[in-house]
Amino acid sequence: MDAILEMRGITKTFPGVKALSNVNLSVKSGEIHGIVGENGAGKSTLMKVLSGVYPHGSYDGEIHFAGEERRFRGIADSEHLGIIIIHQELALVPLLSIAENIFLGSEIANKAGVIDWNAAFRRTKELLKKVGLNESPQTLIDSIGVGKQQLVEIAKALSKNVKLLILDEPTASLNESDSDALLALLKEFRAQGISSILISHKLNEILEVADTITILRDGSTVDRLDCRAEKIDEARIIKSMVGRDLTDRYPERHSKIGDTIFEVKNWNVFHAIHADRHLIKDIDLHVKKGEVVGIAGLMGAGRTEFGMSVFGKSYGQKISGRVFMHGKEVDVSTIQRAMDNGIAYVTEDRKNYGLVLIDDIKRNISLANLPGVSSKAGVIDDPKEILVASKYRRDLNIRCSSVFQQTVNLSGGNQQKVVLSKWLFTGPEVLILDEPTRGIDVGAKYEIYGIINGLAESGKAVIIISSEMPELLGMTDRIYVMNDGRIVGEMPTPEATQEKIMHTIMKSWED
Amino acid sequence: MAQETVVSPSTTEPRGSIGAYLKHHIRDYGLLISLIVIMVFFQFMTNGTLFKPLNLTNLVLQNSYIVIMALGMLLIIVAGHIDLSVGSVVGFVGALAAVMMVHWQVPFPLVIIACLITGAAIGAAHGYFIAFFKIPAFIVTLAGMLVFRGLALWILGGASVGPFPVGFQLLSTGFLPDFNPNAFQFKWISMAIGLITTVLMVFFNIRERLNQQKHDLAEEPFIIFVGRNVLIALGFLLFSYLLASYRGLPNVLVVMFALIVLYAFVASNTTIGRRVYALGGNEKAARLSGIKTDRLTFYAFLNMGILAALAGLIFTARLNTATPKAGLGFELDVIAACFIGGASPTGGVGKIIGAVIGAFIVGVMNNGMSILGVGIDMQQVIKGIVLLAAVCLDVYYKRKN
Repeated sequence: MDAILEMRGITKTFPGVKALSNVNLSVKSGEIHGIVGENGAGKSTLMKVLSGVYPHGSYDGEIHFAGEERRFRGIADSEHLGIIIIHQELALVPLLSIAENIFLGSEIANKAGVIDWNAAFRRTKELLKKVGLNESPQTLIDSIGVGKQQLVEIAKALSKNVKLLILDEPTASLNESDSDALLALLKEFRAQGISSILISHKLNEILEVADTITILRDGSTVDRLDCRAEKIDEARIIKSMVGRDLTDRYPERHSKIGDTIFEVKNWNVFHAIHADRHLIKDIDLHVKKGEVVGIAGLMGAGRTEFGMSVFGKSYGQKISGRVFMHGKEVDVSTIQRAMDNGIAYVTEDRKNYGLVLIDDIKRNISLANLPGVSSKAGVIDDPKEILVASKYRRDLNIRCSSVFQQTVNLSGGNQQKVVLSKWLFTGPEVLILDEPTRGIDVGAKYEIYGIINGLAESGKAVIIISSEMPELLGMTDRIYVMNDGRIVGEMPTPEATQEKIMHTIMKSWED
Repeated sequence: MAQETVVSPSTTEPRGSIGAYLKHHIRDYGLLISLIVIMVFFQFMTNGTLFKPLNLTNLVLQNSYIVIMALGMLLIIVAGHIDLSVGSVVGFVGALAAVMMVHWQVPFPLVIIACLITGAAIGAAHGYFIAFFKIPAFIVTLAGMLVFRGLALWILGGASVGPFPVGFQLLSTGFLPDFNPNAFQFKWISMAIGLITTVLMVFFNIRERLNQQKHDLAEEPFIIFVGRNVLIALGFLLFSYLLASYRGLPNVLVVMFALIVLYAFVASNTTIGRRVYALGGNEKAARLSGIKTDRLTFYAFLNMGILAALAGLIFTARLNTATPKAGLGFELDVIAACFIGGASPTGGVGKIIGAVIGAFIVGVMNNGMSILGVGIDMQQVIKGIVLLAAVCLDVYYKRKN
């Protein structure tokens, strides 16, 4: 069989980061090609290069499709050739009908722009039949479930005469029967000669349908497995996914673990908008004085939702469960109360949830504890505020021209230190750090790790939520593994390996 | 290993360099300079009428209610919202006051209190829907604009109601008492108050400067600090002198000045002020920092309601009659004042002093163009262009930085 797609030597750099390094991808005509890799391995970036989101010239390497070299200037170019990508977050307009969504941007219309609705509805019916969706073309997207929306996206792809269908984590938000239906559909497409690329964390699904698997790690292709030539199992894939060394990326740790400080029991949370989606299911968890505990899991496992909901119910609804500090039940129903009880949550999204970017460093550091820099009457003591900010600037080594510098101008690592300073100034006993080193370069990461170790050594309890497993292995005393809103495993870090964590996650999908 | 990159303006230019400092703060000084340029321009064009004591007094009286409302509007804009209803609230509160005093014979002090409470209730109603119901402020206050304009018409029965008791009129037309009660005799007490205020202001500025120097935080070059203080002191003294040579300081001016000082202090020096800026700068980050953003939004609108009611009372007292059209279009002058004064439409940025200067720029232009006999049509065209130009300049400087 000929290759319909050849991507050769793709290298893509962002300022300071090499996202893709000499990646090769070869998809044969009429096959299902699985792409797997950890979060941040470069899967999404590769697909953006392929679909033209990053136009020709912004990357190095060649793309050959259907026998010719292609230089896409934008998505329109790749779609024109039948390369259609369906993202994890669906790109449908909720308040328009199925037919309107399918033909959005390529309406069946005459030259004057008047739409022929009868033709559109007829064509929509044909397309829906192909994907096995029994809905009226006039049904609003809003009123059908995520699984059916996914099918509408695929129908939309079919309407564009798709040659290569790319699905990015299509089953992440689907239940089992919807997932099975989707995979069956992919197999049917294969029978009709349509090639597809399936990106998924769920290795069992990949193994079920894929003919070939490409494995990415840290922006490079590390392996290419032919499922028809040899027997491949999950262990084989995981080994390639995570195989990297850990030397000297983490400062030395000296744990002095005391009594339990923080404990959560029976924690349940429902989705902030869709009240019927049960996101966090009966979570029990505890952290001891001086202990660093990790929460491992894939994207969408519910880790952030858990952290935020514990922190003053800042996410979700219908939250139930109990929180204890030093064995005494405490009220965390508002952010202020959670803070008063010594809890701090450091967000994974520092730009949107952590910093007031237009404000300077000192204003950001004092924001969560303004009473700490002002009189009882609420008048801010400017010199005191500056002294506090300067102290954290020194302690955490925030590199800036002065504490009057706007935070928008700081590098990611220094921004993260400002956010950490803000929370340290509230005097917490428990810190929940959500992806504390996301988007930070290696040097700054090391510094952040040093700060975290220092916090633990000073007797604070630390929870690290991280998608980087080596980070959890290098930084924690104990690891909880979370998947699909549940704690599916718990292990002391010395006994943990990346393979063991991955197996725990994969096994929980099968249960 | 990737190098940490830190953008630092002060490493490229030495700290304390006057040019660098002015370049960085061009917006702040530019505003003040614009006001002075506009004043000098009209002083020249009107052959000196603008700064005549009589006209200056009128200028203060005409603009006091705009300035007072701009104080509240600035906080709302900084918080990331807008209030379109203030003009209608001015009309409604004026109508309510008139009907209470003229038809129901309620004593005016009671009327003032009742009207301020009504204003607070109106602001609270807006704030409730905006903060807790999450309905955009534009829509809620647009509804308020229609509702209170309608209610003003209804209360007045479509007619004008007046005149009012002398005590109430004094709110707007009264002046500080003096030995020389007649117009155009020099008012020594007013001059003395002007002098004392000037001295106090300079004193506080110097004290803050010394405090900054003690902590090695003085950013403003010394020459600019001195120049700024001398300029402002001279301006204040000249202003007091001119007013003193007509009828003295108007009561309204005293109220307005006290409110400006209070709001400037609250906005820049208190925790509640700081929280409003954080709310407008990044609501999600503010909320996650434990700030009760909903409640803060609610209070901002409550405060706006009170100030709009106060403005309504002052305006009605000045006209000595309540008309159904009172306050029509005021919201536009107030909002324009805030934006000309450097507030950002996306929230989080803006200064009380900026809004006050913005209000005076609008006021001086209104006054100057009226004296020059520019028709109301062209006045609006020119004001519109000035507003657009001011915001364009803002965007330009922001991009350059």
